[in-house]
Amino acid sequence: MRPALSHLLLLGGLGLSAVLQIVSPQLDDYAVNILILAGINIILAVSLNLVNGHTGQFSLGHAGFMAAGAYASSLVTLASGPLASGGDPVVKNAVFLGALLAGGGFAALCGFLVGVPSLRLRGDYLAIVTLGFGEIIRVVLQNTDAVGGARGLEGIPALTNLFWTFGIATVTIYTVACLVNSTYGRGFIAVRDDEIAAEAMGISTTRYKVSAFVVGAFFAGLAGGLFAHYISFIAPETFNFLKSVDVVVMVILGGMGSTPGVVAAAILLTLLNEILRDFEQYRMIVFSLLLIILMIARPQGLLGNFRKKRKGTS
Amino acid sequence: MSASLLLDQVTMRFGGLVAVSGLDFIVNHGEMVGLIGPNGAGKTTVFNVITGVYKPTSGTVSLGDRVLNGLPAHRITRHGIARTFQNIRLFGSLSVFDNVRCAMIPGLRHGVTSALTRGPAHSREESRLRGEILELLAIFDMSGAADSPAEGLAYGDRRRLEIVRALATRPRLLLLDEPAAGMNPTEKSQLIELIRFIQKKFDIAVLLVEHDMKVVMGVCQRIVVLDYGKKIAEGTPEEIRRNPLVIEAYLGGEVADA
Repeated sequence: MRPALSHLLLLGGLGLSAVLQIVSPQLDDYAVNILILAGINIILAVSLNLVNGHTGQFSLGHAGFMAAGAYASSLVTLASGPLASGGDPVVKNAVFLGALLAGGGFAALCGFLVGVPSLRLRGDYLAIVTLGFGEIIRVVLQNTDAVGGARGLEGIPALTNLFWTFGIATVTIYTVACLVNSTYGRGFIAVRDDEIAAEAMGISTTRYKVSAFVVGAFFAGLAGGLFAHYISFIAPETFNFLKSVDVVVMVILGGMGSTPGVVAAAILLTLLNEILRDFEQYRMIVFSLLLIILMIARPQGLLGNFRKKRKGTS
Repeated sequence: MSASLLLDQVTMRFGGLVAVSGLDFIVNHGEMVGLIGPNGAGKTTVFNVITGVYKPTSGTVSLGDRVLNGLPAHRITRHGIARTFQNIRLFGSLSVFDNVRCAMIPGLRHGVTSALTRGPAHSREESRLRGEILELLAIFDMSGAADSPAEGLAYGDRRRLEIVRALATRPRLLLLDEPAAGMNPTEKSQLIELIRFIQKKFDIAVLLVEHDMKVVMGVCQRIVVLDYGKKIAEGTPEEIRRNPLVIEAYLGGEVADA
């Protein structure tokens, strides 16, 4: 990605988000609803792709980071009271931005604290540790009365709109693409392909893994903040293990390590979820079947170029 | 230049097994040293101790006046020791160009922030690195393959790319772990030429682990022989060829002493 081009794409994405926001009164609520959920899923999938796809560290804790961001940002807006729910749009949005960043920052801190000890583990073991982390977050939230316990937090000001959602999605895509498509960022892929060789090249594999984890957690935290301020209500149960699995499915379906692929998968799965509403209780069966068929037909994902394991080589 | 590798009484134990015991040797600046020994003699363990994969149980490894024991592998590389692997370890999903590019990461002056802001400093550095990588690939006649995935290369080319990638870290000492393994006689003679060329062109020291005597005798000025983790001989190729201890280690002792 050439510098000028990457800046253009960033500005283009932000401009497009602003346009979407301007035309949003003309759209019906259902369409806006789907667009926002798709945007949040794009943020989640693209950020998890940095960890699972590019760096090759299998994390199952993305919902945990999303929860950390959702709660932290909601607490900020709830604490700022009338500033966040008052009439002045500039103040309102400034508070919202601050709350989102606080949520992202808190999630990134969690990512750092979880990542440093657990990234010594590989493969299945890392998956189990991150899964455990997600569950711990959920259980802690469930038992903390200050944040509503199992009843959850309600009355969160509804500040999320199309501009914020797609603006942040654009920034997420820009960040991950710029990171990976630079000499510095080739290190993420080197860590995925062969850790021992990466170390022998002078690359600190631990630093790369922790960086990927922290950046991934930061954006998951932003997505959590957007989600909380869209639905206006969050409960620990919202961020359960299945939410993490949803995001992992988007990454695998889109193709590990392919940003356009996971963006497409995030949109596709959001839409599929809505289209299959007509099937009611059979929805999950149809959903699972579609996934199985897709994985048999395209094991590398929709747009993935992730290498297939070759026979006979270790 | 005082860039010499020094191993002083290095011992490496794995539980009850002593893989390397009380090993001393030196590799001087610009020298080509061979490390040989029968299977299981501890040659690769010595490499892993030097490059920080293992921390020696006792003894010291130093490069120039810097002690390397206990440093993580990536730090040791940054101090000027690069290596190749017995079973080739390339970054399979990356292109030939990007494989070499990864070796440039420790030398980056503008890291993460510049990758994100994409300012002029970033483009300057990226284009400077691009030039250096292409130049290096041209020296080794691999420019044509720059954009092909490393995984698809022919066996000999993969070995060569691994050496190029190691050189891109700008080492003072290059460790080659069985570079001739699996090569046919023509490829082996090319390899001998290549190692000699690298040593002259880049003015570095080379430590070579190799089973193929033709290669070892062909390039090394000095040879260290290991058996059961101990040094049993050291000398010029001529001396080693005649050393009775070496012959015994390779061919077995007399049945009479049983």
